[in-house]
Amino acid sequence: MALEILKPGLSTTVQDLGRPGYYHLGIPESGAMDKFSLAAANLLVGNPEGAAGLEAVFQGPQIRFDRDAVAAVCGAHMPPKVDGVEQPNWTSFAVKSGQTLSFGFLKSGARAYIAVAGGVDVPVVLGSRSTYPLGALGGFEGRALKAGDRVEVGAQPRGAKPGRSVPPKLRLEVSGTPELRVLPGLYWHRLTEEAGRTFFEDVWKVAPEADRIGYRFRGGRALSFVPRKQPFGAGSDPSNIVDSCYPYGSIQVPGGTEPIVLHRDAVSGGGYFMLGTVISADMDLIGQLQPHQPTRFVKVDMETALKARAERKAVAGQVKESLS
Amino acid sequence: MGMARYSFGGDDHIFAEVDEEMSLDAFFKSLSMTNAVRESRIKGVTEICPANASYQIRFDPDLISPDDMLAELKRLEQAAAKSEHTLSSRIIEVPVYYNDPWTHETLMRFRERHQDPTGTDLEYAARINGYGGVADFVRAHSGAPWFVSMVGFVAGLPFMYQMVEREKQIEVPKYLRPRTDTPKLTVGHGGCFGCIYSVRGAGGYQLFGITPMPIYDPKQEVSYLRDFMIFFKPGDIVKFKPVERDGYDAAAELVNAGRFEPTMRPVTFSLDEFHKSPAATNKKLLGVLHGA
Repeated sequence: MALEILKPGLSTTVQDLGRPGYYHLGIPESGAMDKFSLAAANLLVGNPEGAAGLEAVFQGPQIRFDRDAVAAVCGAHMPPKVDGVEQPNWTSFAVKSGQTLSFGFLKSGARAYIAVAGGVDVPVVLGSRSTYPLGALGGFEGRALKAGDRVEVGAQPRGAKPGRSVPPKLRLEVSGTPELRVLPGLYWHRLTEEAGRTFFEDVWKVAPEADRIGYRFRGGRALSFVPRKQPFGAGSDPSNIVDSCYPYGSIQVPGGTEPIVLHRDAVSGGGYFMLGTVISADMDLIGQLQPHQPTRFVKVDMETALKARAERKAVAGQVKESLS
Repeated sequence: MGMARYSFGGDDHIFAEVDEEMSLDAFFKSLSMTNAVRESRIKGVTEICPANASYQIRFDPDLISPDDMLAELKRLEQAAAKSEHTLSSRIIEVPVYYNDPWTHETLMRFRERHQDPTGTDLEYAARINGYGGVADFVRAHSGAPWFVSMVGFVAGLPFMYQMVEREKQIEVPKYLRPRTDTPKLTVGHGGCFGCIYSVRGAGGYQLFGITPMPIYDPKQEVSYLRDFMIFFKPGDIVKFKPVERDGYDAAAELVNAGRFEPTMRPVTFSLDEFHKSPAATNKKLLGVLHGA
């Protein structure tokens, strides 16, 4: 069967859980920004959690189905509709041949994950179906979907049925002032003591320049640097370093003004200092932040980071258990 | 250069800064370390990324604890300190059409973002590096070979460090504000690093010329990129060969016909030999390239 894209939304891409192993050549892992929600949507429709689905940011697409299918939408709350009839999210539902899946306005979160029983079937490139648009690689012709595209779906698994639901307490929701936990490090020593304090004190807002490569924040006080003679090859700005690798989740602050947290389509390296890294447990949450969302960075240690990772893993395990 | 400075990048990366400043020694050590990590097959390692004077390992903390991973890297560093400083690599000739019409059009379009709005990037780079003119500058740029010291930023983009003494290194600042456009396959320079833009897009490096030789092909249609879509890897040695319009067009035609084959040869590079005499080492490398 195939999904006929009537309207693509703002930017809808094919994503799975990513393409690790090629970062040393500048190819980022890509994959769903909120992996938890994609995995949940897949499990709801009976797919393996790593099957490819669609990631729609801020605005949903319109998709006509050419065969009976089971679908589910998790992540951002933009109500899915089948021929105009609203469906619950975090719940599997039936779509009949010829019907159209569309979406209401975004109420919370940023990215909706659409899974269809059978999984989106685009060619596997370097081990993944994820789209990396900057490199015109993977996904559907290496790009975001356009009106008129026909996206193939694999054979429907036997376990696919409508009406299955992720228990509300296990869903990932954004509310209040989200906190992103940060392990300081990398070039943390370049910051003055004061800058190291204000970074965590201030409330930052997600900037409009927030995408799959990185999330930019503004609104906090500018950061100052420990004076030094710049090392050979580093460039003249105090925020410059000799170009290095960038960890996923690392926080660079060009010129000391606007922090950028690198995400799944990260540039793999460059010449800006990084003050630390958002812990792995909070990466999914970043994918659900809207522009202008007030956000706070919270300093944590490794023990806390590992504990948080184990907690997220446990929640994912509970989702799996509740749907098996 | 003592032991590397290690730092955790969140709970799933270790970042190792071999040296704060760039040098061939620092690059050589970061490359050796990443080779050692690859060979040691430590469980849980998912990405091994060498950079100019640092490197980064990504791992799965569910399979190996961050502290154990760090201990492994430190152990490998101790062992590597005793190893020989040689590298098996390849030397590749990359044709460059300096001062070509396409990068020229681009750099004129973004002139107000440049340090010197009255000239070209080549004229500016020649002047601030003390060359008499563009011709002398191009001779230096294409004279000595370059190490690919890092591949990244975007897919397949090589950062290159020229194999000359520090006082001969070409250094230029990046544009005052980054451009929103750069032609694909532009040969650029920023700080002490050269690069070839693998895809069209934003950029801040000074623009010197363009190569007809594709280095990234996600469709894998280019004859020599059918096995793998990315041409360069860290440790490759590059020699630029200046060509004019006719040379560029001829090569571009061969590329389109699927008959372009990069000129390249396997080489062994010795860091100690290089330090003894950069000029003699480079001469030997170029001899290998040209089949001597």
